[in-house]
Amino acid sequence: MGRYILRRLISAVPVLLGITVIVFLIMAMIPGDPAAAILGSYATPDNVARLNRELGLEGPLWQRYLLWLWHLLHGDLGRSYALNRPVLDEVLERFSATLVLAGASFILCAVFGILAGVVSAARQYGFADKAITFVVLIGISVPAFFLGMMMILLFAVDLRWLPVSGMYAIYGGGDLMDLLRHLIMPATALAAVATGVIARLTRGAMLEVLRQDYIRTARAKGVHERRVIWGHALRAAMVSVIPVLGIQAGFVLSGAVYIETVFQWPGIGRMLVDAILKRDIVLVQGGVVFVAACYVLFNIAVDVAQSLLDPRIKT
Amino acid sequence: MSVMLQTRDLSKSFPVGRRLLGAPRGFVHALRPTSITVEQGETLGIVGESGCGKSTLARMLVGLMPPSGGSIEIDGTALDRADPAVFGRMIQYVFQDPSGCLNPRQTIRQILDAPLRLLYRMDAPARAARIAELLDAVNLRAEFLDRYPHEFSGGQAQRIGIARALAAAPRILVLDEPVSALDVSVQAQVLNLLADLKAQLDLTYLFISHDLAVVEAVSDRIVVLYFGTVVESGPAERVFASPRHPYTKLLADSAPAVGRPLLKGAEGELPDPLNPPPGCAFASRCPAATEICRRDTPPLRIIDGDQFAACHHPLAP
Amino acid sequence: MRVFFALLFRNRLAGIGGVVLAIIVALVLLTPVLPLQNPDVTAMGDRFLRPLSPGHLLGTDALGRDLLSRLLWGTRLSLAVGFAAAVAAGLIGSAVGIIAGYAGGRIDNAIMRFVDMLMAFPYILLALAIVAALGPGLMNALIAVAAVNVPFFARNIRGITVGLASRDFIDAARLSGKGHVRIVLTELLPNVLPVIVIAMSTTIGWMILETAGLSFLGLGSQPPQADLGSMLGEARAAMISAPHTSVVPGVMIFLIVMSINLLGDGVRDALDPRLKSGALTRPMAATRVARRNVPEAQGSGLLQIDDLEAQFHVGRRVYRAVNGVSLSIAPGECVGLIGESGSGKSVTALSVMGLVASPPGVITGGAVRLADEDLIGAPYARLRALRGNKVAYVFQDPLSTLHPLYRVGDQLTEAITSHHRISAHEARERALKLLADVRIPNPAARLSAYPHELSGGMRQRIGIAMALANEPEVIIADEPTTALDVTVQAQVLALLDDLRRRKNVAIVFITHDFGIVGQLCDRVAVMYAGRIVEEGPTERVLSDPAHPYTRRLIACVPELGGGRRQLPAIPGLPPAVDQLPEGCAFAPRCDRATPDCAQGEIGLRGSLRKVRCIHPEAEVGA
Repeated sequence: MGRYILRRLISAVPVLLGITVIVFLIMAMIPGDPAAAILGSYATPDNVARLNRELGLEGPLWQRYLLWLWHLLHGDLGRSYALNRPVLDEVLERFSATLVLAGASFILCAVFGILAGVVSAARQYGFADKAITFVVLIGISVPAFFLGMMMILLFAVDLRWLPVSGMYAIYGGGDLMDLLRHLIMPATALAAVATGVIARLTRGAMLEVLRQDYIRTARAKGVHERRVIWGHALRAAMVSVIPVLGIQAGFVLSGAVYIETVFQWPGIGRMLVDAILKRDIVLVQGGVVFVAACYVLFNIAVDVAQSLLDPRIKT
Repeated sequence: MSVMLQTRDLSKSFPVGRRLLGAPRGFVHALRPTSITVEQGETLGIVGESGCGKSTLARMLVGLMPPSGGSIEIDGTALDRADPAVFGRMIQYVFQDPSGCLNPRQTIRQILDAPLRLLYRMDAPARAARIAELLDAVNLRAEFLDRYPHEFSGGQAQRIGIARALAAAPRILVLDEPVSALDVSVQAQVLNLLADLKAQLDLTYLFISHDLAVVEAVSDRIVVLYFGTVVESGPAERVFASPRHPYTKLLADSAPAVGRPLLKGAEGELPDPLNPPPGCAFASRCPAATEICRRDTPPLRIIDGDQFAACHHPLAP
Repeated sequence: MRVFFALLFRNRLAGIGGVVLAIIVALVLLTPVLPLQNPDVTAMGDRFLRPLSPGHLLGTDALGRDLLSRLLWGTRLSLAVGFAAAVAAGLIGSAVGIIAGYAGGRIDNAIMRFVDMLMAFPYILLALAIVAALGPGLMNALIAVAAVNVPFFARNIRGITVGLASRDFIDAARLSGKGHVRIVLTELLPNVLPVIVIAMSTTIGWMILETAGLSFLGLGSQPPQADLGSMLGEARAAMISAPHTSVVPGVMIFLIVMSINLLGDGVRDALDPRLKSGALTRPMAATRVARRNVPEAQGSGLLQIDDLEAQFHVGRRVYRAVNGVSLSIAPGECVGLIGESGSGKSVTALSVMGLVASPPGVITGGAVRLADEDLIGAPYARLRALRGNKVAYVFQDPLSTLHPLYRVGDQLTEAITSHHRISAHEARERALKLLADVRIPNPAARLSAYPHELSGGMRQRIGIAMALANEPEVIIADEPTTALDVTVQAQVLALLDDLRRRKNVAIVFITHDFGIVGQLCDRVAVMYAGRIVEEGPTERVLSDPAHPYTRRLIACVPELGGGRRQLPAIPGLPPAVDQLPEGCAFAPRCDRATPDCAQGEIGLRGSLRKVRCIHPEAEVGA
């Protein structure tokens, strides 16, 4: 197992390099002169040339890339001109907020999605199945940002049960309970779509598995139906659910961008959108590479989980 | 009689544990160098269990798989490049799974039309006439032409598969387990059809099967494969009646037959293809194996007239 | 095409989705000619008018612009952009996927590495990066959303293509002289196309959401032009004071996406052939029973099957798989049940413990008595207690019948612990003994193996060991050696024969092979079209068959040692069990048939030997 993890980590190196290349190339496509944009009215030719040198924007593309990569490998993601602070500091701070939100959401959607899918399949065409199918359909059709807005109107404005937005109360908050109260709405809104997708997929996978011969074998042995469903069938269904969990984690991370905007959550998604609107390229570049790298590592963890579950995968 | 098909040291090995760069970790020898000869008008039966290399041999013979070594010669022409379109006019293939070899989204007419158009460049009226002829040859009614494969039973689908192979007007048909997927009552229909076609069209057959009784019933000569090697070959009436290789005898004794007691005491299975033993591959299961069997690979040699066996200690008749 | 729409609208939800979507599409197509106000004319005096205000059906927004007009124009834009993005991503992704999947090897590897690389981004990062590079704007948002979705299509379609490319019909096409381009266009594409359509129809909704999302963030359409996303984004500032400005575009997005999703599901179901036959239903824990009366016991066997009827209900069709089968099995006896596929032999066997897949299977009549206790309609708890305990099964293909993710030792001990409370240690001891019983070499090591690590013969021995685990009284073996090679089959048959004599267990052996019946069984019952047509001691049935079907079936199976010969085939096909003829089902294929064979009910006559024929080949006696 240790060797497998090591091999997966090594095989991730070219992927990570590829990511840096893609991000760098996309950013290099940006028209105009970033230095001129940054300097605005102070953009004399002299100033522009100096700033370009400072930003590493001189020389041919590959040279600029290598320079950027070199800094990247040393933990230097550059400096955000709009915020006037190192990109890495800003990214780390914002990403931890996103991690809380997306992590909570991911747990919600994984647990409820799988539960709903299994129940739905086990009671196919029954009341529970129909009810779940209906809720799931609404879940995957409503835009997360709209759902979030409606939740604010209902639970925060009308009923006053929960705070409208933010991560902590401005006065007197800051403890875990405060965080949880702020987390409930955004995490739920963010989880809605992924829960629906996972529930649908789990239902489909369970229906497929329940028709397999080995399920009949288990029943013929006299294994209790509860164990047939939640043991034999779910275990086999997880083989096709786990990779989708990995993909859905990416979708949760993506949806966080909207939810952070709606709920004023101080996460990295909001940061990226602001940076794009302010044309703060260094910050966008750094943020994207950082989050993508984290996601690659997460997917390795997913692969490892898959190989633990399925002995047919060569480790 | 003239030689219709001949292979010389034809072999196939697959790399395993392929690495990004450099040589693979090892090879699995699906078929070791094999030389067979089929006379014009003959039916050569090829028997063996799963993993013996019979399907690999068949796919190379029709050009669907490039050989790793050796040569194929059909009707005096050497075929040195695996191109099914070149092979197609001389040798055709009938697949095991009758419904799998028909494109589910094409009508029977479209399926039969392709070889006529592409291999022979026939014009439309000629094609229509030929298709009618083909359908008649396999005893199917003309109204089936515009139907899709899923509307047919296994036996009918297999007849269409045969008609598709015949459309290319080949001299040889490779029949790869053509009746294994069919029920016994339908199996006999298809076997009889194949016999009629052979007589009418002067065809040569390579009949591959795991069912010894079926092979015996249709073949002139039989080749027995084990673990990628020919272990015995000879006239059909003698190979199973008086086998010379212990594996052939085990096969014959294992076939269930009314009135014969169950075979007891024969244990053991195929060796590991990734790690083949030295010497004779059957040695570990063979009651007559000795030291030499576990050391030297026995060559295929004449035992009695036209009966060959690859064994250090061939059985007495 | 007609079938497609019939299937599509049979699904009522898809119909609703279709209607809603049709209305929306009609509205946005008519938008330029409808008497609407200019969506971009501001009127600061009329800000935030509530819905149903005079002149403004849906009210106005923060700049006093008419919401209804903005909604329709915005919907028009959102639909067009979403549709364009889906088509673009679908076409490019599918082309890439088909090429990679068909080419295989290095090309496939290179393309898929790149696709994997793109998929290593959470998709919005890539979209944001693209928008950052191209600058905010609706067109750029469209490009970003389409680009981000190309890898999903490519991977999906490649998977399908790889599966198709290895199918025999592709080889058949090559042998018919088709080149690569022809194969891709005429063989692969028609088979991949439904998948592409399904993928597109299920992603359009998603694409609309995505472009709306980018606009919501201010990265898509720029003022004054507005799609639904940017309307929501602009309304957010006044969400609390004027919620209707948010609700109107939000609900519209929801309606569009939901109706597309409903319709997309309908399209998928209509195009997916597996769903057409109703195959994607999960079998319940026990077969459904719908019988009117319980027949008397006709014998006193250990296992006594009386007038068993089982059917499959698929749509309006009724497949009568088993039509009144009676069979009696004495303790320690081995009874062969022989027939061709579709003869009902497996369904009969599975009915005993309620294991016929249901839906669509229904047991519609008869009784199955184990030691005089009727099991048809017995409560699930009772059936479960007997399954694997008193009556055990051995199934056909040991690779698909063993759970691929559990170690064989765990599967074996589970058979025991499902019925007996014993310690883990004790269960392991018994599992080891069982493996030794079925002559598996080195049993301790094999306990921790997974099924895929064993050979076919070894797997089937595990299957037999599992059946023996609780020392059952009856073992039902459903073609247990059909998937095995002939030398391995001989080993497994010898093992079964030995075990049944040592443990005195009754066996019902289902097969299509007369040779096996002859070697293994005391008695044999021959089935045709869901009925037993002949029954009796094995030697007598095989040497002197009474039913014409039995005689002719035996005759058309070649036997080793018979030499080269013509086989006397049976003309025609067995009848489809959803349209069984009256009288004898074999009559249309029978050379002894007379007009009275096709009339009325023909009973099973005889006692020790029984035959269901009015012109039997041999007399069976009373």
